[in-house]
Amino acid sequence: MAELWSIYLLPGIIILAQILLIIVPLLLSVAMLTYFERKIMAAMQLRMGPNVVGPFGLLQAFADGAKLFFKETVLPTSANKIIFLIAPMLTFVLSLVAWAVIPFDDGMVVSDINVGILYLFAISSLGVYGIVMAGWASNSKYPFLSALRSAAQMVSYEVSIGFVIITVLLCVGSLNVSDVVRAQAEGMWFFIPLFPMFIIFFISALAETNRHPFDLPEAEAELVAGYQVEYSSMTFALFFLGEYANMILMSGLTTILFLGGWLPPFDIAPFNWIPGPIWFFLKIAVLLFVFVWVRATLPRYRYDQLMRLGWKVFLPFSLFWVVLTAGVLVAFDLVPQT
Amino acid sequence: MGFIRNSARSLLLWEIVEGMALTFSYMFRKRVTINYPYEKGPISPRFRGEHALRRYPNGEERCIACKLCEAICPAQAITIEAEPRADGSRRTTRYDIDMTKCIYCGYCEEACPVDAIVEGPNFEFATETREELFYDKTKLLANGERWEREIAANIAADAPYR
Repeated sequence: MAELWSIYLLPGIIILAQILLIIVPLLLSVAMLTYFERKIMAAMQLRMGPNVVGPFGLLQAFADGAKLFFKETVLPTSANKIIFLIAPMLTFVLSLVAWAVIPFDDGMVVSDINVGILYLFAISSLGVYGIVMAGWASNSKYPFLSALRSAAQMVSYEVSIGFVIITVLLCVGSLNVSDVVRAQAEGMWFFIPLFPMFIIFFISALAETNRHPFDLPEAEAELVAGYQVEYSSMTFALFFLGEYANMILMSGLTTILFLGGWLPPFDIAPFNWIPGPIWFFLKIAVLLFVFVWVRATLPRYRYDQLMRLGWKVFLPFSLFWVVLTAGVLVAFDLVPQT
Repeated sequence: MGFIRNSARSLLLWEIVEGMALTFSYMFRKRVTINYPYEKGPISPRFRGEHALRRYPNGEERCIACKLCEAICPAQAITIEAEPRADGSRRTTRYDIDMTKCIYCGYCEEACPVDAIVEGPNFEFATETREELFYDKTKLLANGERWEREIAANIAADAPYR
């Protein structure tokens, strides 16, 4: 009986507690992110933004959530019902599971696996399945077109994301996510030596999360709402939560790869008093602000421009930088020894 | 030189940076929208809103049932019936405005020789039923009492230009 407790139950409870500790704040940040997105966009367009529900409209996101929760889930008659319902769940779950390997501080990570980066890359690639399944199962033209676009877009930009990650890994010498940050503690944050890669990674992250200016899968002007057309109520809410959780995830990934994760900007007195998770959170918040800022600034790319940028600009450029970085590391004998 | 400059501009995403700087600067400008039900924008004294029938300060109705407003109304929204009153003065027995027909052109108040029918500054008179928008004489006189202060001030403000 004691063994049952110590081997199975106690670790299970600890893991459950860790999962809750990550997911509950994450979902709260998603709610706040939608609020701040609307507020920032409103400010940039000289509008007020939501300001009625709660003080400064802070509870707007919860009002929206409650509204969606109590609405009817409409199942189109021609839809493939099972896949139709699995798709939003898949999108949502995939946006959450990736957080298992994200370190919030040194050692503060649910699962400190040695292939963390590969795991993150795999999960973010799987994200396209939710959209493709939604588009296919809806059995309607706009979602279908949107799913095709989204699949092509995500595949194209994942290639350059892969190369960017490889350049970072060349400088780190480990696939462990925590090691990536530790390597930046010793040297400098990677966005300084790898600045072009940082920009490419961020732009690809915009494309990967289907955000402006690459939001072709849900281009309102042409595709109504893309793959979300047939969705209502909680199924729609799950897509929405998944999309925003993905934004936070990609910002977190950018922070870890280029902006030194939980590290303070300078390892001196007033900065290193602030605990790591807060630095991590602040960096993510800045990147999310840029996500929204870009959305408020740029118009949507045409589809062929999107493909041209992905395949004819980012791919050769990132490939060139992989070679350059590797060459510099070897030439100056800087290859990390692990 | 031009080639190098153009390449540098596109490589550094210069135009995107400029655009982003512009939107960022807009973030700190004054908002152009107002918090509507709590704040309202300014309204000209000539604003043509909800109709009202006015009275003289002694309480007598201004309207003398000349029917000029009914005649000029391009939407034919006004219906007037008149009879001599017991004291011999000519007054309306019926003064209806169909607010669903009214186009708020303001001709009725232009036509009125005694400033009886006016379009006041009120624009928030939405109703839940269509029938509520068929205004009769009591409703119009009630409007006149409710808005007399604002209407008088507006007429006074506009008087120098007439």
